[in-house]
Amino acid sequence: MLLLYFEFFKIGLFSIGGGLATIPFLQELSVKYGWFDQKLFADMIAISESTPGPIGINMATYVGYHTAGIPGGIISTLGLVSPSIIIILIIARLLTQFKENKYVKSIFYILRPLATGLVISATVQIVKISLFIPEAQKFIDAVKFKEMMLFLVMLTAIFCLKKNPILYIIAGATVGIFIF
Amino acid sequence: MNKYIDLFLTFAKIGTFTFGGGYSMLPMIQREIVERKQWTTNEDIINYYAIGQCTPGVIAVNTATFVGSKTAGIPGGIIATLGIITPSIIIIMIIANIINLFLGNAFVEKALSGIRVTVCALMIYSIWGMIKKSIKDILCFFLLTAAVVSTLFFNISPVYISITGIIIGIINCLCRKDKIK
Repeated sequence: MLLLYFEFFKIGLFSIGGGLATIPFLQELSVKYGWFDQKLFADMIAISESTPGPIGINMATYVGYHTAGIPGGIISTLGLVSPSIIIILIIARLLTQFKENKYVKSIFYILRPLATGLVISATVQIVKISLFIPEAQKFIDAVKFKEMMLFLVMLTAIFCLKKNPILYIIAGATVGIFIF
Repeated sequence: MNKYIDLFLTFAKIGTFTFGGGYSMLPMIQREIVERKQWTTNEDIINYYAIGQCTPGVIAVNTATFVGSKTAGIPGGIIATLGIITPSIIIIMIIANIINLFLGNAFVEKALSGIRVTVCALMIYSIWGMIKKSIKDILCFFLLTAAVVSTLFFNISPVYISITGIIIGIINCLCRKDKIK
């Protein structure tokens, strides 16, 4: 148990840049302790990506649960988030103290467009696999028509009506079952 | 309602309806935290994302800790984080038991395709909001383009982009005489 907590604490501390960054560390874990094999590992990634919640958290719960049951799932997830909580609480405190500092202001002024750019890149990747077939030669063959239609309807609705994202997610799932 | 319970439930709700990791959480955060509860501003959320890029850990968790601690101090940060991870823990443990029913099930796959397309549309709406908040002049526009190009075409890690950003930020502050908004 302690080992689980400690190993996931380490992953949480060293995986910088989001959930997908935890994957190579988890792979190393599987080699080191033999807690799970490659086939199961692939299934874990598939499930973590297709269930609600951050991918890194889902992976940690899955590995922990598989290794040591319900307590294992809880312990490994807590291990993963502990370093973030500590680090972020410290940064949050510093930020409130230095909010008016001109260096801090300047850094965020530069970081904001960069962060926006990173979100755009991530979205382009999702759009690419959701709406297009990457292997196709001609552009017109590459478009998944049903998906594209649904996308355009959703996009128009979101921009015109706003409303709750949850409603759109539920609507998307329901429409998906019927049209795909 | 008790502030802590409110924090826990709001983040549990966000965790339940986030598919695909930290970035796709953005539409939910904007709706629940910024518009509804008004615990923080859109501008702050972008700041948190920027910090999340270059600090260890899952971005969703980092953002939750930030918002929680801003709203209700250190206990707030911890409770918001527990809120966002609780749905994952419960759902994953259930699914781990019925993995064969879940993987390869036609209904599940179809519903997920629908959700993925919807998430794309929601993300574009969120990005629009981010652009409005973060692009204040031509330098910002240039930085945004540079970030997109270097991640999409040159596969440069977001970590390096954020670190470069911090350095540029310091230089920018040393060079400029006018006040930064």
